[in-house]
Amino acid sequence: MSDESDYYMDDSASDNYYDDDDDEMVDGTQDSDRESSPASEGEASDDDAFGVELSAAALGKVKRKSYEVNFETLSDAAVDRLMNKEAEHVAGIFGLEPSTALLLLRHMAWNKERLIEKYMDNPEAVRKDAGILAAPPLAPTSSSSSAGVRRSARRANSVQPSAPPSTPFMCPVCCDDEPPNTYALACGHAFCSTCWETYLHTKVREEGEFTVRCMDSDCKLLADDAFIARVCSKEDSKRHHELVSRNFVGNSSQYKFCPLPGCSYTISCPSAASKSSLMTIVPTVKCPENHVFCFGCSLDQDHRPLICHVSKLWLKKCQDDSETANWIKSNTKECTKCQSTIEKNGGCNHMTCKKCKNEFCWVCMGPWAEHGNAWYTCNRYEEREGVEARDAQSKSRASLERYLQYYNRWANHEQSARLSLDLYSKTEKKMEEMQTTSNLTWIEVQFARKAVDEVFKCRMTLKWTYAMAFYLAKGNEKELFEDNQRDLEKAVEDLSELLESPIDPDNIPVLRQKMTDKTVYVLKRNEILLDDTAQGYLDGRWKWNADAAILNEAE
Amino acid sequence: MALPKETQRLVADPAPGISAAPHDDNLRYFDVSITGPDGSPFQGGVFRLELYLPEEYPMSPPKVRFLTKIYHPNIDKLGRICLDILKDKWSPALQIRTVLLSIQALLSAPNPDDPLATDVAKHYKENEAAAKAVSREWTEKYAQ
Repeated sequence: MSDESDYYMDDSASDNYYDDDDDEMVDGTQDSDRESSPASEGEASDDDAFGVELSAAALGKVKRKSYEVNFETLSDAAVDRLMNKEAEHVAGIFGLEPSTALLLLRHMAWNKERLIEKYMDNPEAVRKDAGILAAPPLAPTSSSSSAGVRRSARRANSVQPSAPPSTPFMCPVCCDDEPPNTYALACGHAFCSTCWETYLHTKVREEGEFTVRCMDSDCKLLADDAFIARVCSKEDSKRHHELVSRNFVGNSSQYKFCPLPGCSYTISCPSAASKSSLMTIVPTVKCPENHVFCFGCSLDQDHRPLICHVSKLWLKKCQDDSETANWIKSNTKECTKCQSTIEKNGGCNHMTCKKCKNEFCWVCMGPWAEHGNAWYTCNRYEEREGVEARDAQSKSRASLERYLQYYNRWANHEQSARLSLDLYSKTEKKMEEMQTTSNLTWIEVQFARKAVDEVFKCRMTLKWTYAMAFYLAKGNEKELFEDNQRDLEKAVEDLSELLESPIDPDNIPVLRQKMTDKTVYVLKRNEILLDDTAQGYLDGRWKWNADAAILNEAE
Repeated sequence: MALPKETQRLVADPAPGISAAPHDDNLRYFDVSITGPDGSPFQGGVFRLELYLPEEYPMSPPKVRFLTKIYHPNIDKLGRICLDILKDKWSPALQIRTVLLSIQALLSAPNPDDPLATDVAKHYKENEAAAKAVSREWTEKYAQ
């Protein structure tokens, strides 16, 4: 049997699936070639389910807008298949057991190319580093020793016969000399089954660790998945598997987990895999559970049209208490003696600190005693120090006001979006009532649903346009952006108002007409804005102001 | 589960220069003393340590701390010890006995390249003779 022929076969088969996809997909131009090939080949291979998933995703790609990205959803099983494919590829090249290849790949953080290179160079060193038994002199054999049993082999780090030993045995960990059962990895270090179980449980559950070494203190051998599955409980084994696939997905820029708690779907989005692509696109994706998130930064909402880097800046700014500090700076001064923070809320400039009884002038911050009898006015007001202090204070106040203007609108749209959902649930009840009292059909009272959905979506867009406007540098481009923003905002507010108008059976046809028209218009405005910003990123039209200046250089 | 047997062995067959005894009221808490190895600046000293076996022992390492003041690059002011087997290199097959032997070995062979007490390590690297003199001085002063 020759390793070489194996290599070529494996190589060509798997390349079509995903290996070279990232090269093709970076510019996103060759989508159509790609859709057809794996789906049709899926039938030929043993991978039918995968092929079906791909073609299903392809259907959804028919109408892609400039501000949307292609992505695929992968189930747990599909991730497993991808993982095993990688392992089998490596196993094929070097004539290894897939379980061994898995351990090697994990050791190399799933960097297959580097693993292949290194392994070609010095297989023994790589095996030693990865905690795998040295390769045996035997050539790869057909491991058909026991049908039905996993293809675990003598060469893999697998389980050794575990019958109670005949020679006097004492578990080196718990000192039990009559254990019911013992296990050992290929290194032969035997321990009782209870200790192995507890050990694996501690590793997997407490430490969240999937690389498990032999318990012997000098032994570096790793337990492979078959061993772990055999020794520990079902739950622990499941958790171990989860940790492994998380590691696989986490180490690939092409895949990402849905960040919502409890959701186990994986999204594949090759066009957003590179860091540089995130400067021009906002890869909003949706898992089958309808969890919307950003593939780029894993934020659990759609932050279009603002790119990840800037939205991160914005969220950080909003979370930071730096703005609180800004407020304090704008509105308070410190007592010159005890440094207590004081907010002046009225009265004259003769301040007496409540805490230390220090008397000073609010205007010049100098001691009050020097002001003599002129307590009603500070004659030192025009002195330089005083002027500088006032300048610094008004600047800080202006920047705070600017921030608050954008922040308030940002937060307002978020809140309004939530309120519109509340409103809808009320409207829905009303609609249901109407359906029973009038002769309207179910479909005829559904128009509000679409309107609310659209309002919600657009308010989210609007929300992020305010964050974007905060960071955009002044100029023509920003003005055009703000025009689009204003048009959308106006349309959304109009539609919101319609949603709140009273419903009675007589005006329903009119209302429906109005609302449907408005919904279509809003939808269009939203598309125009998103499309324009997406295009702007590609054209490099957006310039950032001093608050996000780092990004201008990065581009 | 592994406790009583291991403790029995530890008390019955102590390693040279090391003694360890569990507290009467808490079998997980040990009073330990280690004599300074010959040829090291800690020779002639008797160092007291405390050792605690956490709930997860032997799957997690024991917690060990010097109670006697010691001038050593891998042991800080609070008596905490920088030793790989007490952290990520822990193996359930290691025992209290092996841990204590490792600590004793650490006294013979300080490792200033992987320091915990950075000032002591610096001293050891820049002027080993002077640093060892301080270690000897501390041993005489605190570890008798």
